[in-house]
Amino acid sequence: MQGPLIDTLARRGVTRRTFLKYCATLASMMALPPTAGRAMAEAMAAARRPSVIWLPFQECTGCTESITRSHSPTIEGMIFDMISLDYQETLMAAAGHQAEEALHAAMQDNAGKYLLIVDGSIPLGQDGAYSCIGGRSNVDILKEAAQGAAAVIAVGSCASFGGIPKANPNPTGAVSVSDLVKDKPIVNIPGCPPIPVVMTGVLAHYLTFGSLPELDDKGRPKSFFGETIHDRCYRRPFYDQGKFAKTFDDEGARQGWCLFELGCKGPVTHNACATVKWNGGTSWPVESGHGCLGCSEPDFWDGGGFYKALSAPADPLKFAAAAAVVGAGAGVAVSVANRVKKSAAKATHETTTLADLEK
Amino acid sequence: MNELEFLTWTRGPGLDIAVGIFLLGVLWRLIEIYTLGRKKDLAAPRHAAGASGLHTVFRRSLPPPGMLKRSPVSYIGGYIFHIGLAIIVFLGAPHILLIQNLVGLSWPSLPSQFIGLTAVVTMAAMVVMLADRINKPVKRFLSTFEDWFTWAVTFLPVLTGWMATQHLLLPYTQMLALHILSAEILLVVLPFSKLFHGFTLFGSRWYNGRVNAHKGVPV
Repeated sequence: MQGPLIDTLARRGVTRRTFLKYCATLASMMALPPTAGRAMAEAMAAARRPSVIWLPFQECTGCTESITRSHSPTIEGMIFDMISLDYQETLMAAAGHQAEEALHAAMQDNAGKYLLIVDGSIPLGQDGAYSCIGGRSNVDILKEAAQGAAAVIAVGSCASFGGIPKANPNPTGAVSVSDLVKDKPIVNIPGCPPIPVVMTGVLAHYLTFGSLPELDDKGRPKSFFGETIHDRCYRRPFYDQGKFAKTFDDEGARQGWCLFELGCKGPVTHNACATVKWNGGTSWPVESGHGCLGCSEPDFWDGGGFYKALSAPADPLKFAAAAAVVGAGAGVAVSVANRVKKSAAKATHETTTLADLEK
Repeated sequence: MNELEFLTWTRGPGLDIAVGIFLLGVLWRLIEIYTLGRKKDLAAPRHAAGASGLHTVFRRSLPPPGMLKRSPVSYIGGYIFHIGLAIIVFLGAPHILLIQNLVGLSWPSLPSQFIGLTAVVTMAAMVVMLADRINKPVKRFLSTFEDWFTWAVTFLPVLTGWMATQHLLLPYTQMLALHILSAEILLVVLPFSKLFHGFTLFGSRWYNGRVNAHKGVPV
């Protein structure tokens, strides 16, 4: 294997074997055939570094934190280094006008070919004034940058579905990337934050096959978002046995029983946390004792409370008491009407005599 | 509306509306029925062994002599699906959790596999009873729209609940939302249909038993 990437990796002390192993793992995680690992390795090793422009909008930088910090010592981090990340405000040395120049240079030099990564939602309220970079609103920048992009990758729940800025009552009029960009292929990688390997997996797929991976109906890569947390959860046997933690510090919680009753949204959440885990495979929310919040699903902030079981009412019953009173009132009213009718019938009752019948 | 919003609606406003109509209907009908009253029977009461309201409440749970042989599907199928429904509704973990959230009472649950098996048996019994109703000319003649409709609104929550837990046909989120919606339809229909027998059953048996006991007839 020859190529710019494999040379760079070799200089950094990454062996060919390690690189092949990484590609094979990535291929298997994405449910690709075994031969794809080899194809991936060859394509990636030979790949010219594609230009990547990363635009941060209405976001908290948690997505960048997730992708860089937690994986920077691993090979994923290095592959990530190997793309030409031409604009990323958090990571780039340039600032101010210099940074904006880098952005425009990258967009011009790689027109029609660059990958556009977006994190954060886009506010439309007040003509987009809620979030601006270099005096321009996010919506303007996105529209311009998306025009020359080969594809758009929406990283994080905010870019994918609107996230917390879009949560009720959505004061900034926040929308997702796919609400605005209609004519480019878009991959949604939701999560708050998303899993780093999902991001590198999508990039590796793009480098290898020149196309984006297969997506589900919400634009998420099927290989990572095809199954629910609940389906792959190591605590699933306890759910099936009906063993549930009732509080966060009871005997059930200590025994590692199912967190369904404590509001776990695993059954309705599609993500790869249960298999890929976090921080280099160290742990993940359910393993550390907290139920899944459902962060990779649209509008999860308004999903009826993080600590309420899925089978429990999302809100307290609002008019149950009023309905009971009205029902009882209707019952009493009808019964009074029935009694009045009965009394009236009794009052107008005439005794029939034999003579009446013979008439 | 995406499927999570649909689910949140069924768990929130949908449940509100359904429980509201259910409570309104149940209280209305119970009060209406029990305040009707009857004229006092002035005849001297007769006495016969086994003739009382309480006797009838229990006796009517058993098939009269010979009837089990004449109509086995009605009795055996009826027993199976009523007991099955009670097990699913009152001993399934998510249902107990719902009850606990609504009224604060809770009790131990049965394993989900057992509840799943019970659902299959219950549905089988209901399908056999439906086939019997269609096949037997007399039963079919006596059936009205209400009979077919109440069968459907009782069957659907069991079917959708079972399909949701077994991950069949639709993604869990959608199926769970459909399950909750179908249960809400059942709640709305219950007070205003023959399904109200869940509330009036023992009262009416006791009443019939009492009236006939006064005449010295064990029914």
